[in-house]
Amino acid sequence: MYADGARFLAPRLRSKPPPVGTGRGVPEAPNEIDTPVMEAGHLTDAAPTAMRGRLEERLRQSPALAASLILIAIFIALVIGEGLHDVLQTTVNGLSLGAIYALGAVGLTLVYGILKLTNFAHGDFLTFGAYMAYLVNVTWGAPLVVAVFWAMAATALLGLLFERTLWGPMRRRRAGFLQLILMSIGLAFLLRAVIQWFWGTEIRSLDVDNTSSVEFLGLRVGETELIVIVVGIVVIAAVGLMLRYSLLGKRMRALSDDLDLAETSGIDTKRVILYTWIFSGALAGLAGVMAAATTNIRPELGFELLLPIFAAVILGGIGDAFGALAAGMVLGVMTEWSTLLIDARWKVAVGFVVLVVVLIIRPQGIFGKAKAI
Amino acid sequence: MSVDPTSVAPLAVTFEALTEPAFWIGVGVIAGIYTLLALGLQVNVGFTGIVNFGQAAFMAVGAYAMAILTVKAEINFWLALPLAVLITIAFGLLVGLPALRLRADYFAIATIAMAEVVRIFAQNARGLTGGNQGISCAEDDPTLCYFNEWREASDWINDNLVFFWSDPEDLFPLLLVVWATAIAATFALTYFTNTPWGRVLRAVREDEDAAMALGKRTLRFKLQSLALSATLGAIGGFFFALNLAAVYPINFEPLVTFFAFSVLILGGLANYKGVAVGAILFWFVLEGTRFIDLPDPPFTETRIAALRLAITGLLLIGLMAFRPQGLFGKKEEMVLGE
Repeated sequence: MYADGARFLAPRLRSKPPPVGTGRGVPEAPNEIDTPVMEAGHLTDAAPTAMRGRLEERLRQSPALAASLILIAIFIALVIGEGLHDVLQTTVNGLSLGAIYALGAVGLTLVYGILKLTNFAHGDFLTFGAYMAYLVNVTWGAPLVVAVFWAMAATALLGLLFERTLWGPMRRRRAGFLQLILMSIGLAFLLRAVIQWFWGTEIRSLDVDNTSSVEFLGLRVGETELIVIVVGIVVIAAVGLMLRYSLLGKRMRALSDDLDLAETSGIDTKRVILYTWIFSGALAGLAGVMAAATTNIRPELGFELLLPIFAAVILGGIGDAFGALAAGMVLGVMTEWSTLLIDARWKVAVGFVVLVVVLIIRPQGIFGKAKAI
Repeated sequence: MSVDPTSVAPLAVTFEALTEPAFWIGVGVIAGIYTLLALGLQVNVGFTGIVNFGQAAFMAVGAYAMAILTVKAEINFWLALPLAVLITIAFGLLVGLPALRLRADYFAIATIAMAEVVRIFAQNARGLTGGNQGISCAEDDPTLCYFNEWREASDWINDNLVFFWSDPEDLFPLLLVVWATAIAATFALTYFTNTPWGRVLRAVREDEDAAMALGKRTLRFKLQSLALSATLGAIGGFFFALNLAAVYPINFEPLVTFFAFSVLILGGLANYKGVAVGAILFWFVLEGTRFIDLPDPPFTETRIAALRLAITGLLLIGLMAFRPQGLFGKKEEMVLGE
C-alpha cells in the first residue's frame, strides 16, 4: 500500500494535528511567535500550583486543546447566562452554517497550501454550485439528490478547467502572489458576470421544504436544515478520514506541507494538484448547494461567504485541512452564539472580527504550526 | 422595452453620447475619485510593497467622519475636512500597527476583512451612521446637510470662475476640484519618490531586511505609507460623498477597492502618472458601453451590468497574464513576485 514516497512521508504526516476534539495535541516547539494562550490563565486559577504549571505547559504546546477548552468555557458561560435551551438552539443553527464554512474552507486551504494561491474566486465556486443545483432541481425538475451530485461534478470540472487554462500556465511563468490574487479577483468577476447573464439578479430558491420542522428535546430544527447538518457532518467526517488515511489524502497534505519535498519523495505532484482542484471544487459545489438550501440563491451568495471561509482557513492554519474543517464548524457555531448576546444583524461581522483578532494574536492559526508568517 | 425599428441599427453608437455633457462630467468625477484612491494604492502596492485591500474602508471612514462631524457635531464643513482626514489616518495607523507585521497575503486578507467590518458597522450602527438610509442631513433640521457649504462654494465657482461656459452643469465645479486635487497629488507623490524618503520606501519594497540592516525603521515607513493612502482614500471619500446626496454603506463594498486595483494595474505599478490615465481609460470605456445601443432582448439591463463586470474581470485576468506591469509600469520595479 505504500507506493511512491508515501512510506517516507508517513511518519512525518503522522505528526500533523489530529482532528479537533480528540484532545491530543501536536507537540510543538515553543518559539517567540507562539504566544501563550491568554485565556489559559483564568481557566487554571483554581488548580493547585504544581498542576497549574504542568497544565500551562501542556496548553502552550497544544493550542488545539486550549482552543477547545476556551470553547467549552464560552459554552458553559453562555448556558449560565442565557439558559441551556437557547444555547443548544443556536448551536444547532450554527452547525449548518459551520458545515458550509468547513466544506468551503477545506478546499480553499488545500489550494492555498499547495499552490500558494489566495483564491478569491472560491466564493463564486459556491455560487456556481448553487446555480447548477437550481438548474437541475428547479428548471429541469429533477430531485435534489441528483442536483447535488450534478452541482458537485460541475464545480469540480470548473476547478479543473481553470487549473488547465489559468493557474497551471501562470505557475509555469512563476507568477507572484499579487498577480495571482488579482487574477483570481478577475475570475471571480467573470464567474459572477456569467451567472448574472444567465440567471439575472433576482433571488431564487431551491425546491426544498423550508416550512416544516422537527422537534426534539424541545429544540426546533427545520427539516432542510437538519438534512444539511447531517449531510455536512457526514461529509466532513468522510473528508477527514479520507485525508488522514487514504493515499491521495496523505499526498495532498504532503504537497500542502512542502511541495518540493513531496516531489522529491516521488509523488506525482501534477496529478495530485488536479485531484486537489476536483476535491476543492466538488466540496465548494456542495457547500454552495447547502447554503442555497438553507437560505436562497443570488449572485453575491458565494462572495458573502468567502471572507468567513477565509477566516476559517486562517483560524485553522493555512494549508491545514483538518484545521480548516474544525475552524469552519467553530466559526459557524460562534457566529450563531453571538446572536444570544448581540443583535442578530451584527452576526455577519463575527467572522471578520475573529479573523482580524486571530491574524493579530496568532497568525499561524489556532491549530497551525508557527512557520514564518 | 422593445427596440423601435425606425431607430438606430443594433450595435450602433447613438449620438446621445456626444450631446450629454452632464453624463460625461459625472464619469470624469468618478475617474478623478478613482485616480485618488488608486494613487493611495500606488503608494502602498507600487512603492512600498504592502498589499492594501482596504482602500474602501479609508474612503468610508473619511466620508462618514466628514458627514457625522458636520451634521451631528455641527462643525464647520471646512474644519471638518482636515479633522476627518486625521481620523482616517488614526484609523489607518490603528489597523496598520498590528497588521503590518503580517506576511503580504495575510495583510491583504486582514485589510479586506477590516474594510468589511467598517461597512457592516456603518450598516448597523444606525444611531451614528443612519444605517442603510445613510447620512445626509440632520434629522431635526433638514436644512443642515453635510454638503451645504460645498454647494455654496460650487455655485460660487460656477458664477465667478467658469467664464468660458455660459451655463455650466451643476457637477462641473466638482470635476474641476477633483481633478485639481488628483493632479496635485500626482505631482506631489512623484516629487516624493525621488526624495530620500521615497528611496527608503522603495528599499522597503525591494528588500525589507536590507533596509533594516541599513538602520531604517521599516515599520515606521510602512505606517507612513499607509497614512498617506489613508489620506488619499479619505479625500476620495469626501468627493464620493459630495458627488452623491448621502453617504450610504453600499458605496463602500470591497468592489470599490477591486475597481481601484483594476485602475492601478491598468495604469501600471510603480508609476504615479499612469494612474490618471488608467482611471480615465477604465471609467470611460466602462461607462461608454452605456451608449452602445444593444438590442433588448437579449441585452437586458442586468445583462449589460453583467457584461461590464465581465469586461472588468477579463481586463484583470488579461493584464495579469500578458502585461502584469500595466500600460506604463516598469517591469524592473514590479513587486508582483514574492
